[in-house]
Amino acid sequence: MEPLGWGAIFARMALAFWPVWLSLAAVFALSIGLRRRLGLYGRLFDSPMGMIGLALVLFWVFAAVFADVIAPFGPLEQYSGMKNIKPGAFLGDDGGVFLLGGDNLARDVFSRMVHGARTVLEIAPAATLFAFMVGITLGLPAGFFGGTVDTVLSFLANLVLAFPVILLFYLLVTPEMRETAIPTALAATLFVFPIVFFLLLFWSRYGEDPARAAPFIGTTLVLGLWVYSGLAFNADPLGVFSMDPNLLNIFVSVVFVNAPTVFRIVRGLGMDIKTRDYVAAAQTRGEGAWYIMLWEILPNVRGPLIVDFCLRLGYTTILLGTLGFFGLGVSPESPDWGMTINEGRRLLSIYPHPALPPALALISMVLGLNLLADGLREQSMKD
Amino acid sequence: MIGFLVKRLGLMALTALVLTFVVFALTNLEPNLEKLAKEQNFSRMSDEQVASWLEKEGYNRPLVNRYAEWVIQAGSGDLGQSTRFREPVASILGPRLWLTAKLMFWVMIVMVPCALALGVLAGMREGSRTDRTLSTVAIASTATPEYVSGVILVTIFASSAVGLKWLKGSATSAAENITFENFALPVATMALYGMGYIARMTRASMAEVMTAQYIRTARLKGVSFPRIVVGHALRNALIAPFTVIMLQFPWLLTGVVIVETLFNYKGFGWLLVEAASNNDIELLLSCSVVAVVVVLATQLISDIGYVFLNPRIRVR
Repeated sequence: MEPLGWGAIFARMALAFWPVWLSLAAVFALSIGLRRRLGLYGRLFDSPMGMIGLALVLFWVFAAVFADVIAPFGPLEQYSGMKNIKPGAFLGDDGGVFLLGGDNLARDVFSRMVHGARTVLEIAPAATLFAFMVGITLGLPAGFFGGTVDTVLSFLANLVLAFPVILLFYLLVTPEMRETAIPTALAATLFVFPIVFFLLLFWSRYGEDPARAAPFIGTTLVLGLWVYSGLAFNADPLGVFSMDPNLLNIFVSVVFVNAPTVFRIVRGLGMDIKTRDYVAAAQTRGEGAWYIMLWEILPNVRGPLIVDFCLRLGYTTILLGTLGFFGLGVSPESPDWGMTINEGRRLLSIYPHPALPPALALISMVLGLNLLADGLREQSMKD
Repeated sequence: MIGFLVKRLGLMALTALVLTFVVFALTNLEPNLEKLAKEQNFSRMSDEQVASWLEKEGYNRPLVNRYAEWVIQAGSGDLGQSTRFREPVASILGPRLWLTAKLMFWVMIVMVPCALALGVLAGMREGSRTDRTLSTVAIASTATPEYVSGVILVTIFASSAVGLKWLKGSATSAAENITFENFALPVATMALYGMGYIARMTRASMAEVMTAQYIRTARLKGVSFPRIVVGHALRNALIAPFTVIMLQFPWLLTGVVIVETLFNYKGFGWLLVEAASNNDIELLLSCSVVAVVVVLATQLISDIGYVFLNPRIRVR
């Protein structure tokens, strides 16, 4: 059969994304209807740029969720005769269309692009969240107490920041590294912070009333240690949580790179906020230091932190792409965008079609996150 | 000022020492050394043979001793031998760094004026249509990492199948002789990603300056708008971006590595990739040290420059 023209290709692609359009429409209709009651999130719908950003981000989130429905072929499936085939070519007579052509291993570029969203969204948000937990747990005391705590922690953070990111990745994400105990040790250190964070959070609030504190602290400990044993040591007794050593290596490195920047931001915000009257009032009431940090300061810096979270998520996406680009990605076959770009670039001047779709996908997602951050910043400044 | 400098230099030396030690430890991991032993001799060495070779070559001594030795050696200019190129590291590093310096020079020449112009134009009338358009351009540029813009630019300008076919997709020949044809794409690719960030900082700082009292006074006196922007606002608005430009260096290094790989330009970034992927321990170590020192030096320069540019800051 004749290959499809570009008009037909785009029409078919738009059609393939139907679950995404449906979900997007639902989310937007609901949010716009309820926007006066949704706080900062609702006010996002007053700024056109913020809305475009949110739409782009949600597009890829839903694409990742419905990847199996959207993608006509498997991301790793190879089809004979489709190697480097031009976009719009038919597979056999009724076997479907390679909408964006085939790559060097005769896989469908479109399906790989859609599945790539899943790889990114599995790692990036979790890694960013962990980096925030570490940064907040260390940044608040550094900013609040100042003095030696601050000097030591800041020196350590600056050490990590003085490392060029790419160098750190070349040193940390290697097959040799996986044979040593370093990734596990790093994971064991970094993954403690979320548990510490929640323990402090509940203990500072309910610490004087053991009966009320017990359920919160108990849940945190049981759940936290369960996940911790699985993720850091791959020793989950029930086998629910586990991480491939390569994935753990990447995950830990990304958290390690991001955490010091979050630390610096939180430290700065903490130093600024601790001079406010409500902090003085809490001190006069005799509240503990951790109560003030976690229940007075932290809620009041949520605006800048949410904005930075969006920006950092975009940056993490770029980082994961960089890793993939240097062949240090999740697994050699995975449809990860950075890796697909890397595979595609070798034949770029003859066959540009395998490298371009993941490249554009990555831009649109990061752009969406940046626009979203900008919209949120604009709206939160109106307070 | 002298005290400040001494303190900063001391801190810098301490940081450099700690960081180089970390790099030393990470490049000299057990599996790396084992691989090195097998590369240097034969690939099917038994574990005992590996152990005895490492013992003979002195790799089994405590890490701190070996690090101290390396520091003393490096201090006298001997950076060791590259296993990948079979040459002394010091003689490889120089020419490669010079090639990268040329790339960086052109990137700066393109990036900084563009970014400042973008930022000043957007920030001088905050909230205007120009501001919104230019800010979106800046955001889009920060969302486009080098490996993405490089691929897109090559497709548009250099692909032999589609596009304009104006430029070359490889910068290998630029090592001998730089022409617009072979150097425009790498420079543009790198400049694009860094530009948006500097532009946004400039915009924020410009917008802040434009609300200052002395700008209002100048307006009330009837000074023309272009004169206000150029004569009154610009210098104060450029203090913050200066720091940002200097602090861009560690980021630019990532860009250098990506761009040099993508365009096959054999500079420092390319060397780093070669060293890392061939387990060339001594070379990787030296590359890392160079990178770390460059970053620390730019931090120092940015601090000092900040003090000079902003007379309100007094250091003791």
